[in-house]
Amino acid sequence: MSKLEFVDIMPRQGRVSRKTDLTSFEYSYQAEITGIYPLTATEKLYQLRIVDPQLRKRFSFQPGQFVMLELPGIGEGPFSISSSPTRHGDIELCIRAVGNLTHFLDRVLCGTVVGISGPFGTGFPMEKMEGSDILLIAGGLGIAPLRAPLFSVLENRSRYKRVDIIYGARKPSELLFTYQHQMWRQFDINLEIIVDEGDPDWTGPVGRITDILEQRIEQSSGNLSQNTFAIVCGPPVMFTFVCNMLIAAGLPMQKIFVSLERRMHCGRGKCCRCNIGATYTCLSGPVFDYWEVMNMKEAI
Amino acid sequence: MKALTAGFSEERLGPYYGGKSMLFRVFARNELETLYEILAVNHVVGPVSRGKSKKGRELFAFDYLYDFQDLRLDFTTTTHSLKPFVLPFQETLSSFKVEDDSWEKYVDLNIYKQHVFFGVHACDINALNKLDKVLSEQIYPDPFYTAKRRNMFIIGIDCHPQPFCFCRSMGTDTVLHGFDMLLTDLGDRYFVEIQSARAWDILQQIPTEEPDEEDHRRFVETVEARNQAFSCQVDTSDLTKILDLEFQSPVWEEWGRRCLSCGTCANVCPTCYCYGVREHVDPDLQGASKIRQLYSCNLIDFAEVAGNHNFRPDSSSRLKYRYYHKHRGFQEVYEEPLCVGCGRCGQACLAGITVPEVIASVRGQEEEDE
Repeated sequence: MSKLEFVDIMPRQGRVSRKTDLTSFEYSYQAEITGIYPLTATEKLYQLRIVDPQLRKRFSFQPGQFVMLELPGIGEGPFSISSSPTRHGDIELCIRAVGNLTHFLDRVLCGTVVGISGPFGTGFPMEKMEGSDILLIAGGLGIAPLRAPLFSVLENRSRYKRVDIIYGARKPSELLFTYQHQMWRQFDINLEIIVDEGDPDWTGPVGRITDILEQRIEQSSGNLSQNTFAIVCGPPVMFTFVCNMLIAAGLPMQKIFVSLERRMHCGRGKCCRCNIGATYTCLSGPVFDYWEVMNMKEAI
Repeated sequence: MKALTAGFSEERLGPYYGGKSMLFRVFARNELETLYEILAVNHVVGPVSRGKSKKGRELFAFDYLYDFQDLRLDFTTTTHSLKPFVLPFQETLSSFKVEDDSWEKYVDLNIYKQHVFFGVHACDINALNKLDKVLSEQIYPDPFYTAKRRNMFIIGIDCHPQPFCFCRSMGTDTVLHGFDMLLTDLGDRYFVEIQSARAWDILQQIPTEEPDEEDHRRFVETVEARNQAFSCQVDTSDLTKILDLEFQSPVWEEWGRRCLSCGTCANVCPTCYCYGVREHVDPDLQGASKIRQLYSCNLIDFAEVAGNHNFRPDSSSRLKYRYYHKHRGFQEVYEEPLCVGCGRCGQACLAGITVPEVIASVRGQEEEDE
């Protein structure tokens, strides 16, 4: 008779790391929804606060990373953090009511406790971009993941040279964060907004996002300075057009960053749902440089 | 050898140093039952017969054993691998206790006992080793899988290649690690390779011998005979490059037309680990649970995001992704394919799509006489 000894998998004392600790796989922070601000008919900005003050302080992320937000019994999904990294565990998520979980979130009230785990994925290399011009290009809901790097720029404005935001949406009523646009401009940021179809109150330009980009490139006499970084986020169809224009204007592929969207069920490089080839969007992304994107099949 | 041992006494080096091997032993055939009985206090899983298929082929499955007589070490490929024991089709990841405005989360790894796997072929052990790379060794290791994996005692057994086995092409016909002991049937005795101290301790309880030259000769003969028996192969030379080059090839469309997108291949695959997560609210509204269910990249909504955008809407792109992940993407990261060549997917496929055929067609080597 030989009874085999059970092997426990708890971590050795004092050797706990969020990325390798087996007990942290299913761990989530409890976070309270402290504010809900409707931005358009379908999008809302949710302010979340990690309940435990210690954990809230320790929670840190890079602009571009995402969290998995979970509502017990309803579902779990990945959301880009769209608040400033300096605010640690007081995070903001911009969420469009489009699926099961997000429609439920649309109806919850302030004070609801949700679970968040993360942060996961890669971020934008903000330090590498210091001393350069920055071009932020967002289409539709793509402005949400760009808001975190934008806050980083605003908080350290003197470290960056010229900063442009090119933001396109379908209709004026679908524009997000309109209440902050004036504030962004005050920080010496060139904000250009374009919509696909205007409405009677709309005074700005009507057309496609590439029209504005073309103007911006013309201002630099058809050639973007080598000292420029671009961050692009939007619907899949937008990436190819915008990135090709940037490359034609002389921007190297490693200086164009995109944030990709995929279905995710774990966020931890296990479930394969976000795979492009065998690249996990949740581990190697969601932020990729355009060279990486070009080398992944069916990425955009 | 002399120089190395100089200055060390026989006692300090121990009795198994030098000429004596600790890794290999032989024991008489009738001792296998004793070995089984020694281990039977644990949960023992092994290959058992499951009747016959429509074509008259005997079917086998891994199941819990309660009697040594049910153990069929002469089994051919089982319909399912050991995967259900480490990655159950459905598994509760966490449960919640919900009260008004607050909730608490509970996690149960769902493993309490050691399992003994009695009789596993090299391909299936290699499949577990491949799963380990993703699920246990990467960042964010999966505790549900790892807990089960670390509580396995694996006894491997040599195999009889079937006409659909192409493990030799995938480099998984031999297994180098990931088991406790590996048996080779030499007729009247078993040749055993020992890879863990626990296996060594257990073998102390039955009479074993040092393999002699005759055993060595018969072991090599058995291996040779098995190698001769392989009849199916896949040309994997430069496969990663060829898959990249042929990404737009029309053969994918052709296979996509045949594929039913049913996901059977992923179900029987020993190395497919992708999953989906669902959440349930208990009927009494006092609790909720989060359940993961194994999925397949061939199912239509695998890559569909909220808002109904599907990154792989047609069956050919999903089938292509599956091959691409297994033979291109995984290879890039781990320098080996995510396929052990067991041929289960081809046997189970309702449309009769097999890996050797798909890869041959992508390479432009389609056999004319078929």
